[in-house]
Amino acid sequence: MDAVWVLFSQKVLSQILVGLSRTTILFIVSSGMSLILGVLRIPNVAHGSLYMIGAFLAYSISRLFGGGSQGFWMALLLAPLGVAILSLIAERALFQHLYKREHLMLLLLTFALSLIFGDLTKLVWGAEYKSVPVPQVFQGFVTVFAGLPLPLYNLFLLAVGPVVAVLLWLFVNKTKIGKISRAAAVDREMVSAVGINVSLVFAAVFVVGCLLAGLGGVLVAPTVSVTLGMDHTLIMETFLIVIMGGLGNIWGALIGALIFGLSQSLGIMIWPQFGIIFPYLAVVIVLMIKPTGLLKSTW
Amino acid sequence: MDKSFSGKGWGLVGIAALILLFLLPAFLPRFYIYLISLMLVYGLLATSLNVVLGYGGVFQFHHCVFYGIGAYATALFLTKTGAPFVVSFIAGGAAAAVLSFLMGLITVRLSKLYFGMLQISLGSLVWAIVYRWYDFTGGDDGIHGISLPDIISSQKGAYYFTLIVTLISLFIIYKIIKSPFGSVLQGIRDNPVRSGMVGINVKRHILAALIIAGFFGGVAGSLFVVVDHTVFPDMLFWTLSLEVLIMCLLGGWFNFFGPMLGAAIVIALRTFVSGYTVYWALVYGVVMIFVIFFLPDGVLGYLQEKLQPAKGKAVTKEG
Repeated sequence: MDAVWVLFSQKVLSQILVGLSRTTILFIVSSGMSLILGVLRIPNVAHGSLYMIGAFLAYSISRLFGGGSQGFWMALLLAPLGVAILSLIAERALFQHLYKREHLMLLLLTFALSLIFGDLTKLVWGAEYKSVPVPQVFQGFVTVFAGLPLPLYNLFLLAVGPVVAVLLWLFVNKTKIGKISRAAAVDREMVSAVGINVSLVFAAVFVVGCLLAGLGGVLVAPTVSVTLGMDHTLIMETFLIVIMGGLGNIWGALIGALIFGLSQSLGIMIWPQFGIIFPYLAVVIVLMIKPTGLLKSTW
Repeated sequence: MDKSFSGKGWGLVGIAALILLFLLPAFLPRFYIYLISLMLVYGLLATSLNVVLGYGGVFQFHHCVFYGIGAYATALFLTKTGAPFVVSFIAGGAAAAVLSFLMGLITVRLSKLYFGMLQISLGSLVWAIVYRWYDFTGGDDGIHGISLPDIISSQKGAYYFTLIVTLISLFIIYKIIKSPFGSVLQGIRDNPVRSGMVGINVKRHILAALIIAGFFGGVAGSLFVVVDHTVFPDMLFWTLSLEVLIMCLLGGWFNFFGPMLGAAIVIALRTFVSGYTVYWALVYGVVMIFVIFFLPDGVLGYLQEKLQPAKGKAVTKEG
């Protein structure tokens, strides 16, 4: 009886750890979406595409640098930058003209972009699966409590999450752009009346948000097969997380990602075929209790 | 602001179009009959969405759930039970209406973007269930080769059936929009707070509109089964919903026939472009951006402004 119990709790623990590493990715991507939602009010459907492009860029860059550890670190550095440049072009060329229009138009614009990005990805990288190797340093396992093996890379992911959270907190609360953007989220006209170029601040926030999507894509690349369509599943997950946490609230995104990642990984253990349902159920329950999300929305 | 067609001229155009639609199968090749049937199906789908979107101001981002559920209900009734066709067909709309009611109970408490994002997520849940439930829905493969009664199993039969059902549905939707209920709905769209103040139960009206929209979305799904004899999970994938939103926008969602026209244009364009390149989505995305930037009132809105400058000018909407 004891042995069974140990086996069971080991299984649960390992699922929780898997869920937590998934949470890290989800948090990084959704915090970017939440940032853009909160300040610019864009429900960015193209966010998933940027995540996908981040993963594909990681593949190309890591191959360019020989595919080893060095390749991974260069990808981690350069791929999010590439995504950021792409988003900067999109923002300056398209989005900045539409901020006064309805959310619906912005949503449709981001959808149009996601279609374009999807096809461009297909043009550049083709339709085959790509894989990014796990860097040398993170190959192998560590044993955490009760003799439970955990891939080192997952441990790395677990460490990255808090780092990103702290950096994001510093950006929003300590930098000038962050402070202005929080003010602009509340009253854009007042901020521009005191002589601040809101348009540029918006561009900066948009780029930072999209950079996070790209970063998520790079980080996830070694753990999955990089493929077309990875944007579609992710974007719904991010939507759910952002709704659960409260639109525009970055810490809400953290809580939402935790609930989502854990309910998903435990759900799959309980009921493999329909594990996918549990996160949705969690969202419905959360919204029954708090219709506008767990934390205060900026809306 | 409802800018629907009026006047004798437009009435004549309508009658001519109707006669043409009924005569078309006599001289068009099979492929085009199929194409026009599809246009009718998507047109009805877009029009049903417009009941809540254009007239109710509700951000129903994921309308295709009802389309897909309608199609699946009809297909499952036809393949798994011995129910007669009429029952199976009505089951589509009914199932969609019930789903719409259940989803509406959760979503109707929220407004605008919150509503839309929750709706699209809940719709994705329905998609996930359909996609995963191999034993019942056929999962990824869907259901193929659904057999129909003889009279509508031919291309022409399906076309006439689709045409008649679409016309009846459009007529009913039109009547609903012109009814006191429709006026209340448009009042809620233009000013929900004030509508609430004068004693209108805003949420109940929105919920009713959602059920109506869901029902006709389901009917469109059942019609797709008649036209194509298949169902597949992509019918309720969220990307299709956003495409239908674009159909409404392209045709003009402040116009009753706008979504119909938008659907026809998109289907025609898709068929045409797909013949030349596999990168249809790329072309579609570019077209969408063009519409968003240059045709915010859609094709019909644009035409109306050009044709009736005196009347059209007074109508401006905030963006």
